[in-house]
Amino acid sequence: MSYIPISDQDKKEMLAAIGVKSIEELFNCIPESIRLKGLLNLPGSLSEAEILGYFKEKGNKNSYNRYLSFLGGGAYDHYIPTVVDYLSSRGEFISPYTPYQPEVSQGTLQTIFEFQTLICQLTDLDIANASLYDGATGAAEAVLMAQRIKNKKRLLVASNLNPQYRQVIYTYTKNLGLEVVEIPYDEMGRVDLKGLESAFNPETSVLLCQSPNFFGVIEDLKTLADLSHRHEALLAVVISEPISLGLLEAPGKLGADIVTGEAQSFGLPLSFGGPYLGFMASQKEFVRQLPGRIAGETIDVEGRRGFVLTLSTREQHIRREKATSNICTNQAHCALRATIYLETLGRQGLRKLAWLNLQKAAYALEQLLAIPGVSRKFSGPVFNEFVLEFPEPWKNLSQKLEDKGILGGLALGNDYRGLDNCALITVTEKHTRENIEAYGQALREVLK
Amino acid sequence: MINVIREPLIFEISSPGKTAIKLPELDVPEKSDLLAEVPLRADIEGFPEVSETEVTRHFTRLSQMNYCVDFGFYPLGSCTMKYNPKINEKIAGMDCYTNVHPLASEKLTQGNLELMKILENLLGEITGLDAVSLQPAAGAHGELTGMMLIRAHHLNNGHPRKYVLIPDSAHGTNPSSAHICGYQVKEIKSNERGTISLEDLEKEMTEEVAALMVTNPNTLGVFESDICQIADLVHAKGGLVYMDGANLNALAGITRPGDMKVDVMHLNLHKTFSTPHGGGGPGSGPVAVKKILEPYLPVPVIEEKEGKYFFNYNRPKSIGKVKSFYGQFLVMLKALSYILALGPEGLREMAEVAVLNSNYLRRSLDSLYHLKYDSPTLHECVFSDKYQQEFGVSNLDISKRLLDYGLHPPTMSFPLIVHGALMIEPTETESRRDLDLFIGAMKAIDREARENPELLKAAPHITYVRRLDEVQAARHPVLRWEEKK
Repeated sequence: MSYIPISDQDKKEMLAAIGVKSIEELFNCIPESIRLKGLLNLPGSLSEAEILGYFKEKGNKNSYNRYLSFLGGGAYDHYIPTVVDYLSSRGEFISPYTPYQPEVSQGTLQTIFEFQTLICQLTDLDIANASLYDGATGAAEAVLMAQRIKNKKRLLVASNLNPQYRQVIYTYTKNLGLEVVEIPYDEMGRVDLKGLESAFNPETSVLLCQSPNFFGVIEDLKTLADLSHRHEALLAVVISEPISLGLLEAPGKLGADIVTGEAQSFGLPLSFGGPYLGFMASQKEFVRQLPGRIAGETIDVEGRRGFVLTLSTREQHIRREKATSNICTNQAHCALRATIYLETLGRQGLRKLAWLNLQKAAYALEQLLAIPGVSRKFSGPVFNEFVLEFPEPWKNLSQKLEDKGILGGLALGNDYRGLDNCALITVTEKHTRENIEAYGQALREVLK
Repeated sequence: MINVIREPLIFEISSPGKTAIKLPELDVPEKSDLLAEVPLRADIEGFPEVSETEVTRHFTRLSQMNYCVDFGFYPLGSCTMKYNPKINEKIAGMDCYTNVHPLASEKLTQGNLELMKILENLLGEITGLDAVSLQPAAGAHGELTGMMLIRAHHLNNGHPRKYVLIPDSAHGTNPSSAHICGYQVKEIKSNERGTISLEDLEKEMTEEVAALMVTNPNTLGVFESDICQIADLVHAKGGLVYMDGANLNALAGITRPGDMKVDVMHLNLHKTFSTPHGGGGPGSGPVAVKKILEPYLPVPVIEEKEGKYFFNYNRPKSIGKVKSFYGQFLVMLKALSYILALGPEGLREMAEVAVLNSNYLRRSLDSLYHLKYDSPTLHECVFSDKYQQEFGVSNLDISKRLLDYGLHPPTMSFPLIVHGALMIEPTETESRRDLDLFIGAMKAIDREARENPELLKAAPHITYVRRLDEVQAARHPVLRWEEKK
């Protein structure tokens, strides 16, 4: 099955029209010596029913869905309203290209414009782009953007930033002669202010931190912003659980210059890590340094409102090696899903959802802390994730919990020295009281 | 219908108190003292409040303002806008894949790891290369990853080198990716055939050149017939050959980049392998490499031992991670489903008919539209507006007029080496009827250019909006909605 609507008769007539005898002849420009002599060694071709069977069989080898999971750490299991799947699966949204012909792409363009607006409202910043690949590349783009603005080579990165994001920052920056300095965390689980103060020097362009951070702790952004600005550096904030923005003060209001992050929580399923949705917002004055596509409002020849991709002199197809980023294809369809999701929830829905996450996590924290031997590792305020410390290595404990059908949290020991006995535990609105109590019960049993 | 209703922004139809979803009630005791010392927001200013009917109508109406492949011919050159088989969407929507957390332990996600490994192997076979990383998120991200691998290879030999050679016909992402990887770009001029000149390459190719980035077939649709000699020249000075795989649709099952001495390339699953563009993404840009670059691939790599699959992070020479987790997993599933549907014969036929359709279009229009390069072309061809310019009609006017015929225009003004370019790639999934519709429209537009150029300059006439003022959009940027106070 090649999805080809050209019949043998068509082929004959088309070849005659072209003036060649065979399709083979059209490939004469490829030297004989490098042409394949036979067929590739590939399976298939399978019928539609066989393909479905194939993927059902492989999917059955994933046992994850049989467990009660409290995993988070950058990927969150939230309920997705039916309209999100229903509307986003329309062919008119799935099958167009990038909206380079605005007259026949107003659906996509207006959606991007609404997405940009929603991100600006959530972050309380002036401008946002159409999307980036994910939170990790967003973090890397944020430090590069800050570096362009400040033209200084030292970048401060919080060590309680998601380890994967830090790894991507290293990958992106190491070829560019930039210096990345990691800032330690304190007993609250927050960026250590003393360590931070001493890390600033006149060459510092930015502090990049995450809030809620990888330990689930909400950072004191106001203080971090003041400190950064006092040292003539920018503050870039990563949000990897943006549901939190339903309750927490907008980072823009607290002094953040760039806000980037992962918007998977906005209507995208876990999907084993992708596709997800990077976003980025900033202040108006930095718009020329913003990476990625941006939609803007304008008028047509009849004076009617319309939307176009704009400020493209920042982009690779115009500026080539001088572009602000090499990004071209982004995560447009994921941004569409996020837009539908946020507009479905609306002002009150998002606030209530954030409150539900906060309350459920607080209940889980209380339940688990009541178990002898369990303690909080960090004292800072949390949203829907928290780190607990146990009397034995989490590796052993998590296996025992798994045997009881529970994925109790993420291990931290691989990424953080001294946290072998700790786990990051995530609770969302999807966890019922029974789920939480079942976790408590299981933990109590395995800790006996 | 679509031109009658002007759909407002959601913010403009919002009214207080509405929501389109009922959330569950709290089933645990409420705590009132949470976040006492954290600054909280009183409100999300301007955030919309609408009902489910309104959300549904809003996006249904917006959708109807979009042209799309499901509706018609989408001949964007270098974009490979082929039909997106529906079974792929169904598979990518299966709960057993969508509900899996990426940080669950490997023993709970064996199906996913196995599928990724299978796709890696199939892409290796199709490209003739030794190892594949599925991690890059899109084509440009694959380019960047590929350049990082090249840099790591040179660094391992003691010196990263300084330059990357790129033909003037290349996609803008090529020089941009090389630059972000810390290289300076040197442009190579195309010769009169529209291809890389061996003499020029020889002059530029020094031991300070890290790599040549080549698109094959190039953006004119012309196959670089000297590719093996080109690669030999680059290799002789210790450089590596990067191939931009955007145009693999012309070659799959016919020839393999690995057999052309290419060292590293990216593939666009959202082009060659039928995964939809989604209005600009998500794509997926796997990177395929020769053995010499394998140690540098991003972590983790998927390995298998005694029938069990696992992620290997212990790769001391790896460039590190380029993205969260493992890549655009659901997009990978769609591409795998497509390859399984096609099989080896189908994949070959895909390339054959893509090239047939393109040559049919070219032959049908080459008496009316100017071809700057008359080299044989494969899956796409690049006309220009030279003949129509005599009547003051540009490629933009031609493109906009096509919209009035209910057709999507070709890629405009690219590649940069053809002034007034109209770059046409029909793909294999267009019927003769649809090709002829396009040919008919292009012929009619050529006639209109001679007889009534004003009609074209004012086009489009019947779309939801007409020509938009892009200059104003850039000069006075309005990038978000704001409440009128």
